[in-house]
Amino acid sequence: MSDTNDNSHLAVNLVAFRTIVVREVMRFVRIWVQTITPPAINALLYMLIFGGLIGSRIEEMGGHPYMDFIVPGLIMMAVIINSYSNVSSSFFSNKFQRNIEELLIAPISNFTILAGFVVGGVCRGLCVGVVVAVVSLFFTKLVPEHYFITIAVTILTAIMFSLGGLINGIFARSFDDISIVPNFVLTPLTYLGGIFYSIEFLSPFWQTVSLANPVMYMINGFRFGILGSSDIDIRVAFGVIIAFIIVLGFIALRLLNRGVGIKH
Amino acid sequence: MNALVINDLVKRYDNGFEALKGCNLTVEAGDFFALLGPNGAGKSTAIGIISSLVRPTSGRVSVFGHDVVQEPEAAKRMLGLVPQEINFNQFEPILEILINVGGYNGIARNEARDRAEHYLNQLSLWDKRRASARELSGGMKRRLMIARALIHHPGLLILDEPTAGVDIEIRRSMWDFLQKMNADNGTTIILTTHYLEEAEALCRNVAIIDQGSIVEQGQVASLLSRSMVETFVLDLDAAPESPPLLDNITINSLSDNRLEVEVPRGTNLNQLFAALERQSIQVMSMRNKTNRLEEFFLRLVKSQ
Ligand SMILES: Nc1ncnc2c1ncn2[C@@H]1O[C@H](COP(=O)(O)OP(=O)(O)OP(=O)(O)O)[C@@H](O)[C@H]1O
Ligand SMILES: [Mg+2]
Repeated sequence: MSDTNDNSHLAVNLVAFRTIVVREVMRFVRIWVQTITPPAINALLYMLIFGGLIGSRIEEMGGHPYMDFIVPGLIMMAVIINSYSNVSSSFFSNKFQRNIEELLIAPISNFTILAGFVVGGVCRGLCVGVVVAVVSLFFTKLVPEHYFITIAVTILTAIMFSLGGLINGIFARSFDDISIVPNFVLTPLTYLGGIFYSIEFLSPFWQTVSLANPVMYMINGFRFGILGSSDIDIRVAFGVIIAFIIVLGFIALRLLNRGVGIKH
Repeated sequence: MNALVINDLVKRYDNGFEALKGCNLTVEAGDFFALLGPNGAGKSTAIGIISSLVRPTSGRVSVFGHDVVQEPEAAKRMLGLVPQEINFNQFEPILEILINVGGYNGIARNEARDRAEHYLNQLSLWDKRRASARELSGGMKRRLMIARALIHHPGLLILDEPTAGVDIEIRRSMWDFLQKMNADNGTTIILTTHYLEEAEALCRNVAIIDQGSIVEQGQVASLLSRSMVETFVLDLDAAPESPPLLDNITINSLSDNRLEVEVPRGTNLNQLFAALERQSIQVMSMRNKTNRLEEFFLRLVKSQ
């Protein structure tokens, strides 16, 4: 007979949650050369080329030295792409190797599975974000104006994109399917989300279009946290991010409950 | 108490194929049960539904009284699964795999590690604990799946072809292990297999599934007694002009110099030899065809 019977339901789910998170973190730490180094090198190159070489010929952007202006965007880009791809690739490879079945037959709720993968993705996003921030210290003094806002925006953004990555992993049928979104959707959205320019520079039409880009709100929210000013009202930025988290979280949980992509 | 009750279970896959067509099955707690059937009969589909990996189209399944759809978590706590297909993370050390699966079942890391050590030792895998799954042989992977299925001490252990591709020696040791689990811990065991001798050696009760329906259920001993038929293959030095017609002996196939004959166990074969002798045909060799499930099954279906 099962001896876990009298363990409470919650206790089982908590242990399972912790196990998934630790497993997810160990996974990206073990392969840090593939998971942590590339975004750091990327950010370093951006800072050298755009911030250093080109930025030295630009007076100011949004009221700040150009380097200071782009650093928050670069950190955010790293957080976004890494939290997303950590979850999408980990979930897909669990599906591909079928060891996702270990979780599906475990006596835990789908919310626990979702939370485990998402927190794993958040850890990767934060980890890479911190590394990029440390790299940026060679180029600028990175002292947040508003610590709480900076941290909150980062974590919420990582949660949102981890959820996006989870949904991608759920639908993915091949390894190609998990690189399509980062390459063709996330990267363009981050570039167009005002990493390198203030949307004040755009014509009114393109300013309006930019407002439909969710990444805009994250980059500007984060920039507000660091620099104390940005293109977007910080309350609006929080509102948009939280709304996305609720919608994506709801969709992801529904997909897991319905067994889409994982159960016949 | 029943370990498993299946009522009118139907599974229609997305492509419209009906793999289960109203299955009914009851397995008592403490039983050692064989689910037999030819390829594609629906065994793995049924096991998938029991373990929540496949969604039922209609019907009910309960594990120790817990409905797998209404109370999935309570049902899953009682269930250990050894799937037909290998499904490990290929890169994790196997000890880590077991500890993690313990964690998914709510077992704290230290406790899970002790249990993992226990089962890895019992299944002769402890030396391999730091190897990843892809570094194991096929038979080792099958044993690892058993260890993994037991880490949370389930009351019902379901094994889908656990001994497929496993050599005789290891197969025997797996049998011993499972028998001990059943006898000492009272674990209810259900297994599927294509080796009739396996079901015969291990199981008390058996169900036979064909094309999505249970066609027979009962004690192994009583089913076997109904299949008291033996098949022999005879190699001849020449093809007989006409197959001999004999009481009690059925000639199943006749290809050139080879006869396949089916006789009720204990039947005297002299009349066959005499008939061949009359046609001046020599029997060069004769062997008893191993009694695989397929033949047993075919006879059973034919007799219905
Ligand atoms: N995902 C699926 N989609 C459509 N049909 C499926 C699917 N999985 C299984 N089937 C079909 O359902 C039937 C039963 O398959 P199942 O795997 O349950 O058989 P089985 O009894 O386990 O066979 P085996 O002894 O070969 O393992 C087969 O005809 C199979 O082709
Ligand atoms: Mg099968």
